[in-house]
This record gives sequence, C-alpha cells and structure tokens, in this order.
Amino acid sequence: MKLKQLEGLLGGLQQFPNPKAKLSPFSHFSHFSTPFILLSTLVVTLTLYTVVPCLFVCLCLQVELEQYPTGPHIASRMLFTAENSFEDVSDKVVADFGCGCGTLGVAAALLSAEHVLSIDVDPESLEIASLNAEELELDMDFIHANVLDLGWRGPIVDTVIMNPPFGTRKKGADLDFLSAALKVASQAVYSLHKTSTRDHVKRTALRDFNASSAEVLCELRYDVPKMYKFHKKKEVDIAVDLWRFVPASQQSRSI
Amino acid sequence: MRLLTHNMLSSNIKGVVNGFPLRIEAEKVVEKTVEMNGEFLKKMFEKIDWKAFVDASRAMGPEEADCSMLDSDEFLNRFHHALLELHLEEGALVCPETGRRFPVNKGIPNMLLHEDEDTDGEDSKDGLTDIWKVGVFSVTG
Repeated sequence: MKLKQLEGLLGGLQQFPNPKAKLSPFSHFSHFSTPFILLSTLVVTLTLYTVVPCLFVCLCLQVELEQYPTGPHIASRMLFTAENSFEDVSDKVVADFGCGCGTLGVAAALLSAEHVLSIDVDPESLEIASLNAEELELDMDFIHANVLDLGWRGPIVDTVIMNPPFGTRKKGADLDFLSAALKVASQAVYSLHKTSTRDHVKRTALRDFNASSAEVLCELRYDVPKMYKFHKKKEVDIAVDLWRFVPASQQSRSI
Repeated sequence: MRLLTHNMLSSNIKGVVNGFPLRIEAEKVVEKTVEMNGEFLKKMFEKIDWKAFVDASRAMGPEEADCSMLDSDEFLNRFHHALLELHLEEGALVCPETGRRFPVNKGIPNMLLHEDEDTDGEDSKDGLTDIWKVGVFSVTG
C-alpha cells in the first residue's frame, strides 16, 4: 500500500465527537435577547439543566485523558516507517495503547498486521474505533482497560504503537505509557513525545525502563485544534518526535 | 475478542498471584473467516500457552471441544481457526483466583479495575511525577 493511499483511508475515519459541536445548543442562547431568555418557558430551562451536567462530564473526562486525535498525516507516516524501515508491522501482533478512535491500529491493520489489539479506557472512543474498523472491514480486537493496570502473560505482542497523552494535564502520563509499553512489546515501541522533552524521554527510557535503544526517527508538527475550553489559541502547532524504542529483553533473546 | 488476545491477558487485581488464564464464560461466539498465514502460526506455536489455549477453545463451544487437536492431520487449519477466527462476542472473562468477572460486550472485554482492586503503578507513578516536574511545558503556552 502506498503512503498516500494509507493517509487517504485514515483521513476518512470518524474522529472524536467534537466538543465544540456538542456545545452548539449553548451558542443558540447567546443569540437570544435577554427578554426572550427571561420569558422562555420552563421547558427550555429544564432542558438546559439536563444537558449541562452531561456535557460537563463528557468534557471533563476528555480533558483528563488528553484525547487528541492522531491525524492521518502523522499516523500514516508513523506506521509506514515502522513497516518499511523496520518490518515491525506486517505479520506481527501489534498493540495500540490508548487507541482513541483507533487510527494507529487501523493503520497497522491496513499494513497487514496479523493481529491488532487496541486498548482504551474510554468506552465512547472504543465504540468509534470499532465502527472505524468495521467500516474498513478490518478484523481488530479491542479491550476496555487502563493500559497501566492491564495484566499480561508472555511476550506475544511484537510491536506497541501509541500516541500517548503528552502529560500536559497529568504530569508524566506519557512516560507511564512508555514504561508499560516497553514491558509488553518484544520487538519495538513506536511513540510520540513532545520534542521539548527529548532528552528526558531518552534518559528515562534507557535508565529506568530498560530500553536497549531509544531513537528519534523524525520530528513532526502536531496540529492541536482548539478542542477544549481551556485552549486560548485557535490552533497550536507543537513539535513532536516520533520515537522507536527497543525493549532490552528483545536484545538478549536475539543473541 | 480472539483467543489469541485471551492467551495474553491476565487478571491484575490486587493480591492475585497468578491471574492467568482467565476462565471464559461464553454466551455468544461468532466466527469470522481470515486468510491463513502459515509463518505467523509457526511463530505463535512457540509463544502460545497451550493448556490455556485448548481450555479456552473448549469453552468457546462443544464443536471446539476436541482436545486431540494437536494430533490432527488438519492441525494447522484448526489452530488457525481457533486462534484467529473464533471471537468471544458476549460473555465474560473470570479471574482464576478471585472469581471476579470481567464482562465481554460486543466483543470488547471490560478489564477496568475498581479503585480497591488497583495495585501496582502507585509507587512508580509517584516516582515518575517527581522526576517529571523538571521538564514540563504547556501545550497552549
């Protein structure tokens, strides 16, 4: 499969329901004149009361999890590199940690991974992810779990791919994911981390997580759309590194 | 959920020493045909926990109950079928020590732990947080 073809297919995937879209009922109210609001029926008020708590829960959850979709541009390059430069995807068992809407796992399946296992803590994301897989007629497994709590037996997973939470809201979240991934993968871990943390990521992976190698494959621009309320700018471009880590146990096995 | 996934999951509840294998309670099993990949099966042959795998395929339905699978002439076909084509669609995975049920709905096992079941990670997470404090940058900044 060609890179452009892969990117095109990933571009068609359904993403998180946009919080802004969900907020649209509110935008109506801002157009209403004050008298109208005062005179509006009890029904409207009640609707608002019932809608607000739901939205609030939804938004809170997403903020905590730092759910930023992996764009088709980054996802296609990530998996294409993993396959064409390192042969870490086709005929392999691939796990996607914190899969969100499933983009990375779908990309792995499109590049002929034999078994794809996508894990996320958010059931809504998993629902979208499994619809995305179904849409493309891909056979993937999903697990509803916190990747940091999940129990594993044996070195069956070859490659872990992930776009972890960058640890902006919950400090160190991306390194917690990396630690878990390096315990599970027997061949390689592909992950995205902010370029600003490059030295720290490398040091921690080699020293604390027992990685035998930690290599930045390329630097990418990650467009963070204004998804959450606390975002001040319309769109932010942050520099992220695409990493390839090799777990130490793999090296000792191959010797 | 395929039996390949089942073969790598274990229960991680606090206090559980050996959470593998999770017992399967099958309510609904579906089959989805996939192309056979001999090389992949050969590789999996060494990695699979066979006792757990054979028990699991037995739990998926009576027609899978033949544990002479290993001696069968059609071994590869059957291995392929049980490993990759059978899906636990509805049912549960049960912790072998505590009996705690992890429900499987629409093919997706819910392995989320309750707060009081959550064990490890606490220490390492705290340790990491300290290290991490040095190099944090804001996305929005």
